[in-house]
Amino acid sequence: MIHTWRSAFRGQYAILICSIIIALFFIVALLAPWIAPHSPIKVDLLQKLKGPSMDHWLGTDHLGRDNLTRVLYGARISLGFATMIFLSSLLIGILVGSVSGYIGGWVDSILMRLCEGIMAFPNLVLVLGIVGIFGPGLMQVLLALMLVQWVYYARICRNMVVSLKERHFIAAARISGSSSWKIIRRHIIPNVQRPIIVIGTLEMGWAIMDISALSFLGLGVQPPNAEWGAMIHEGTSYIRSHPELMIYPGILILIVVITFNILGEALSERYGVTRR
Amino acid sequence: MIGYIGKRMLSVIPIIFVATLVMFALIHISPVDPAEAYLTAAHIYPTEEVLEQKRHEFGLDQPLLTQYLHMVGRMATLDFGTSYLTNQPVWTEVAARLPATVELALWSMLFAAVVSIPLGIAAAVYRNSWIDMLSRCISYLGASMPQFWLGYLLIFFFSVKLDWLPVEGRGTWQNLVLPVITLSLVLIAVYTRLLRTSVLEQMQQTYVQYARVRGLRERMIMLKHVLRMSMMPLISGMGINLGKLLTGTIIVEQVFSWPGFGRYFVDAIFNRDIPVIQCYVFFAACLFILCNLLVDLVQLYMDPRISSKGRAEH
Repeated sequence: MIHTWRSAFRGQYAILICSIIIALFFIVALLAPWIAPHSPIKVDLLQKLKGPSMDHWLGTDHLGRDNLTRVLYGARISLGFATMIFLSSLLIGILVGSVSGYIGGWVDSILMRLCEGIMAFPNLVLVLGIVGIFGPGLMQVLLALMLVQWVYYARICRNMVVSLKERHFIAAARISGSSSWKIIRRHIIPNVQRPIIVIGTLEMGWAIMDISALSFLGLGVQPPNAEWGAMIHEGTSYIRSHPELMIYPGILILIVVITFNILGEALSERYGVTRR
Repeated sequence: MIGYIGKRMLSVIPIIFVATLVMFALIHISPVDPAEAYLTAAHIYPTEEVLEQKRHEFGLDQPLLTQYLHMVGRMATLDFGTSYLTNQPVWTEVAARLPATVELALWSMLFAAVVSIPLGIAAAVYRNSWIDMLSRCISYLGASMPQFWLGYLLIFFFSVKLDWLPVEGRGTWQNLVLPVITLSLVLIAVYTRLLRTSVLEQMQQTYVQYARVRGLRERMIMLKHVLRMSMMPLISGMGINLGKLLTGTIIVEQVFSWPGFGRYFVDAIFNRDIPVIQCYVFFAACLFILCNLLVDLVQLYMDPRISSKGRAEH
């Protein structure tokens, strides 16, 4: 029994199951406006703090808004912004990393020192510092997370480029007249795919946690928008009478993040990628 | 060996240099004018005249290089300026709050070590047993559960439902229990996995087989040989995961109204109290860099082979 459980956590099954769960969350996030039964921000004080019913499956919150609807809309913000952070930091990382490794010399050392400087700060501390200086708000949070995350992709890419640069097939491509950009696109990027998929998967989980933590602190998503961290923050005022208000969004964060983590680990085992 | 120590210590300087540059750049890229932020925080109406005067006072009208050197010079003497909000020197306010944060962090690390060392070893020795499964579950939960949520869940069960422990505040040991559990879960998650992996690795080594051949008891091999070598990744893990601990204190202090540095930092973010923000970020970076240095030196002490082959692999 235990043995089958273990193998279910690893390998093919884990990858398959986690991918399905994540795909479901993305579908829900995309379709939220159509499948959610109510409006996520419409206040109806007559209906406040109601228990589960046919109309409100998970009850309502302190402003009479439907909990199920808000939780579904929350998936939209968490997954949507995590994806944006992932894609943008990946793009910056690949660009900086490839340029740095490809050109080499002082450009390389300046860019890599910059990466080390950014990595000298604990991630969330730097993010909080940036948000503190630029002011609270979702855009600032996105910018801050992006500025912190690209470093990891840049380093992977740069190291890969440096080790590939001297290989014969790259030299052959260059001699046959391929442009630098084409070499980066055709030869470098396919080679860094695997570590990037692994780190990207894990990063999605971190990004969702970080966004929710910042929203919980009141620095990210502002009310009345439905975001899981912000919903937990609102729910804590009713912890004595209606603990479910903070429990639902928390469970969803937990499920999404744990799925990304298990998937990331299964992928790293399968691809043989060692994590940082 | 001395050479290695010296080299490693010198390598800290350029990183701190770049870190100060990053911070300086951030403040200057920011659309917020520190003079204006000061006046807003101090509830003074920002007329052009007052703004000009404040800018001059902060040295904002001087060349960037002068400003940068001035900033570094002040930081080196722990002078982070005065808080916009209270007009007190930042460092005095921080020094008053630091003990609370250190208390929380140290107890959490201790608790994490007490739980994860036996759990990690047991998970490796009884591989694939229920205890291994348990450690795996704990590490996934610890890595994936938002700390603020865990904190409120604990408050809900132990303070609201059972009424065993206080919800917030600092002073007695009861106040420490919930924050420490909240903060240490993520550390337990990491340490347990690290220790499990490294114990399994060490048990494959030839010196363990040799010890077995010599007829040493399993328990002796474990305690005297394997454990000592297995602690190495754990120690470097503590350095690397210091960031988790620091950001953890920010969240946990917020949840449990713990009067520490992290909470002060979050308040400063809301008030745009730039000197305090600067102080926290710089302090965190220095602590992070120095801890990693310390970890390297401890590793060197435990395994002197490192100095000849460079940094330990982990």
